Amino acid sequence: MLVYIGRRAVLAIFTVWAISVLSFAIIQLPPGDYVTSYIAQMAAMGSVVTDEEAQNLRIQYGLGQPMYVQYLKWVRLIAQGNFGMSMEWRRPVTEVIGERLWLTVVVSVAALILTWVLALPIGIYSAVRQYSVGDYLATFVGFIGLAVPNFLLALVLLYLGFVLFNAHIGGLFSVEFQDAPWSAARVWDLLKHLPIPALILGLAGTAQQIRIMRANLLDELRKPYVVTARSKGLSEARVIVKYPVRVALNPFASTIGYTLPYIVSGSIIVSLVLGLPTVGPLLLKALIAQDMFLAGTIVLLLGVMTVIGTLVSDVLLVWIDPRIRLEET
Amino acid sequence: MAGPDEQRIFVASQWQLMWWRFRRHKVAVASGGVVIGFYLAVLGADFLAYADPNASEAQRSLMPPQPVYWFDGWRFSPHVYAVKGARDPQTFKRVYRADPGQKISIRFFAGGFEYRFLGLIPMTRHLIGVDGGLDAGKTIFVLGTDVQGRDLWSRLMYSTRISLTIGLFGVTVSLVLGVVLGGLSGFYGGIADTLIQRVIEILRSIPTIPLWMGLAAALPRDWSILQIYFAITIIISLLGWTELARVVRGRFLAMREEDFVVSARLVGCSQMRTIFVHMVPSFMSHIIAATTLALPAMIISETALSFLGLGLRPPAMSWGVLLQQAQNVQTVAISPWLMIPAVPVIIVVMAFNFLGDGLRDAADPYGR
Repeated sequence: MLVYIGRRAVLAIFTVWAISVLSFAIIQLPPGDYVTSYIAQMAAMGSVVTDEEAQNLRIQYGLGQPMYVQYLKWVRLIAQGNFGMSMEWRRPVTEVIGERLWLTVVVSVAALILTWVLALPIGIYSAVRQYSVGDYLATFVGFIGLAVPNFLLALVLLYLGFVLFNAHIGGLFSVEFQDAPWSAARVWDLLKHLPIPALILGLAGTAQQIRIMRANLLDELRKPYVVTARSKGLSEARVIVKYPVRVALNPFASTIGYTLPYIVSGSIIVSLVLGLPTVGPLLLKALIAQDMFLAGTIVLLLGVMTVIGTLVSDVLLVWIDPRIRLEET
Repeated sequence: MAGPDEQRIFVASQWQLMWWRFRRHKVAVASGGVVIGFYLAVLGADFLAYADPNASEAQRSLMPPQPVYWFDGWRFSPHVYAVKGARDPQTFKRVYRADPGQKISIRFFAGGFEYRFLGLIPMTRHLIGVDGGLDAGKTIFVLGTDVQGRDLWSRLMYSTRISLTIGLFGVTVSLVLGVVLGGLSGFYGGIADTLIQRVIEILRSIPTIPLWMGLAAALPRDWSILQIYFAITIIISLLGWTELARVVRGRFLAMREEDFVVSARLVGCSQMRTIFVHMVPSFMSHIIAATTLALPAMIISETALSFLGLGLRPPAMSWGVLLQQAQNVQTVAISPWLMIPAVPVIIVVMAFNFLGDGLRDAADPYGR
């Protein structure tokens, strides 16, 4: 078990490294170096950067030195918790991102949980009552979920909410809680707003999981041990839940690792449509304004969060189901 | 005793068997038709459009779709009512009122703006049009107009070109990467396999949309439409090849120990010959199916990037670019027809999914 977890951890470290290189590339891609554009920006705002300050910045970021030196300097600054300055907001990047990162995590995890809560019972139902009306309905909704890009789904729901109920279904907080400090009432308000974004984000994943669960369970239901269990006189519910469902859970569970990156990806674009206070809208604004430290940091943090989430879910799965670690070693 | 039907099966070629099997999947066949229809629209976009997609006119900004009346009394004569635009003195919004007294007939194969059919043959005929051709007084807008008063239907037709071909090019690049890397991984195994598998795992655990956004935003603003088009294609396909590589590797692994591959090797076929003459043809069908299933993701990616304003930018036309105008809820609530470009996206994605499913089932005609 330790060997398996160790291997996953090593892979996670490599993934984080790959993400950091890509984030660094995003920061570096626009023409001109950071300090030059910083000075230009400050000049446009009416304040002057002295030569000495500029020189200090250049040394801090290792500008003018080879690329890998710049990369290492950047990594060292990040390790110290210094993510650089956001040019547009003229504040440290960490301050600008603030609680938005945590709200992104909350929305993504909510979508992930919803995926599971919905897909598991529906998948079992679809398999046990194959070709029933409910099964066809689940298949149909599943296809819609797979075929409609989630940001279009968000757009359509937003429009329907506006036209039918004259309500704005976007956002994560009511107006009075928008900038309020955290309190029980604010958390409750957040929970009330969560289901719609979570459903939109989770629908595609749910559709896929339903199909996987249904296919696996159908295979298992045909096996002789099910007949044995039934002939022993066990109740139908017990027969299904106790044996085939547990076997069919394995492939179902092992796809969870790929669901999280997908949901996090989707949350960026859905947040934009629904106006959620996550890092999504911030990232778009930063990219359009070429505020590259902010953009690069968001990409980096999102990637790292996803890797950690995937690692945690992997470890949990190994802990729950010993077959996974036996299979892969 | 084998009947004539079964004998037919014994002698049928592999592709013949696949076709028979595919035909049984009615939804997939219908979806195939839909996909072909869409690509015909790519070829004939300028014929199907009836108005210049770039002709803007402030006087007809945000005009709602005009209902088409097919019969005039009992006579078949499709027409729309002329529309009069005015500014509401209270709200200052433009309002349009249909004038039932003034009918505008729709003519088939009517004359219109000039274009080159298939890029070669100069033509002025369009599928539909109005009497008098380019006469500015009489125009039809079956799907309404956008903020700049451009005809939505015509823009939609032209958009199919970029939206559907970007998927094709993207999937081709992904396919090359997937087949080469997946093939290396599956055929040689060992270190190459471990390395490539780890790279795939890493790529799959990175959230792709923020990355795409970052890379797309870094494209120089002064690039031409064509340059942006290819850059976006490459960005999308660089992260999209992993699934194809996985399929190819799986087939190679499954086939490496098959008798016919071993015997090919034993009779002294070179490695290239073993791979391309003996192995690739037998899993070609799987590759086609996987490619079909990879296409919708590419189309959605382009739409999403352009929708955000990071992909193609006007004056380029794609479904995502058209949807940019529908970003704002207030706009959409007043002019819901701006959401229409979402419809072809959904239809085409669904059609590709069903088609791919059918192809995948048919790809292995000997199974079951």
